[in-house]
Amino acid sequence: MSRADVLVDADWVEAHLDDASVVLVEVDEDTSAYDRGHIKGAVRLDWKTELQDQVRRDFVDKGQFEQLLSAKGIGNDDTVVLYGGNNNWFAAYAYWYFKLYGHADVKLMDGGRKKWELDGRELVEDVPQRETTSYTAQEQDRSIRAFRDEVVDAIGSKNLVDVRSPDEFSGKLLAPAHLPQEQSQRAGHIPTAINIPWSKLANDDGTFKSDDEIRKIYADAGLDTSKPTIAYCRIGERSSHSWFALRELLGEQDVKNYDGSWTEYGSLVGVPVEKDV
Amino acid sequence: MCGAPDQDELPPLEVGAGEAVVHGHVRRGDAGLPGAYVRLLDRTGEFTAEVQTSATGYFRFYAAEGDWTLRTLAPGQSVDTAVTAVRGSAVEARVEVPA
Repeated sequence: MSRADVLVDADWVEAHLDDASVVLVEVDEDTSAYDRGHIKGAVRLDWKTELQDQVRRDFVDKGQFEQLLSAKGIGNDDTVVLYGGNNNWFAAYAYWYFKLYGHADVKLMDGGRKKWELDGRELVEDVPQRETTSYTAQEQDRSIRAFRDEVVDAIGSKNLVDVRSPDEFSGKLLAPAHLPQEQSQRAGHIPTAINIPWSKLANDDGTFKSDDEIRKIYADAGLDTSKPTIAYCRIGERSSHSWFALRELLGEQDVKNYDGSWTEYGSLVGVPVEKDV
Repeated sequence: MCGAPDQDELPPLEVGAGEAVVHGHVRRGDAGLPGAYVRLLDRTGEFTAEVQTSATGYFRFYAAEGDWTLRTLAPGQSVDTAVTAVRGSAVEARVEVPA
């Protein structure tokens, strides 16, 4: 798999706007972004209400995912191109999620909604009507998803990559700085984790840096690629972005995303936490 | 929630004792500039957060105390503005994007 198989640029998307085999999917936490305009033909996927179980803290199950994609008019053979706001955090999360349930051909649009807007490209308000499908998902691919016990066991043995900002890593902040800071959990990071913020991998316009640049960033930070890697952030979406870079762009094989991330780990009783401030 | 909240629908500004708010408007000429991307960079230039300005050009960050840079992106433009956040206060920043 190469970069071109998993990452397409805005020009590619514009050239495929009328390609029936390509389904554009905008993924945002803030669904009002889609209402203010979206790429022509794009369907909306709500990270919070459609990809999360609304009672338990977990994903929708295989059957629910099948229902969701069928209702959105996405077929098993479609090329799904994901994009969104927040530098593609939630689109990357959805990419990982589509991979988790075994979708064959899924790609990210480099730079997401921000790059598209900064380019001054067209956004429309028309909501496409797609015929429902009979989507069939695979069982979850657990080789790309880490749970808390594996994370605790990974301390000192596997690469733990904390992709949050340095102030969240050190414990100075509990959440990204665009959010109020009141939280119940402890601040800090998992012992032995290295801090490689997701943002180091991206340019100001949200596009990914080159493979060589990304490889050097990880090498300089001390990532040992001979070991398995688990990435985490606060709720698992920024770490999906880094998971994408490590596994899909650089081709590292044993890379998992810990979607429980700091909101779970920092609330666990009895686990070790490091705090630098 | 982890993504940047809609800056049109922020709660009223209340600054907690431990918080250091940086907020303000991005303007182009006399008008607020909606839809601009404001990036909060720490003292080393490292990205910390990003929001998109509201219909009136408003943005808000809950930062930590200290020196920050606001990098504002609009099509074809990038403007850096220095700001110092103070614990327990809301510091107002004014960003001017050239017409």
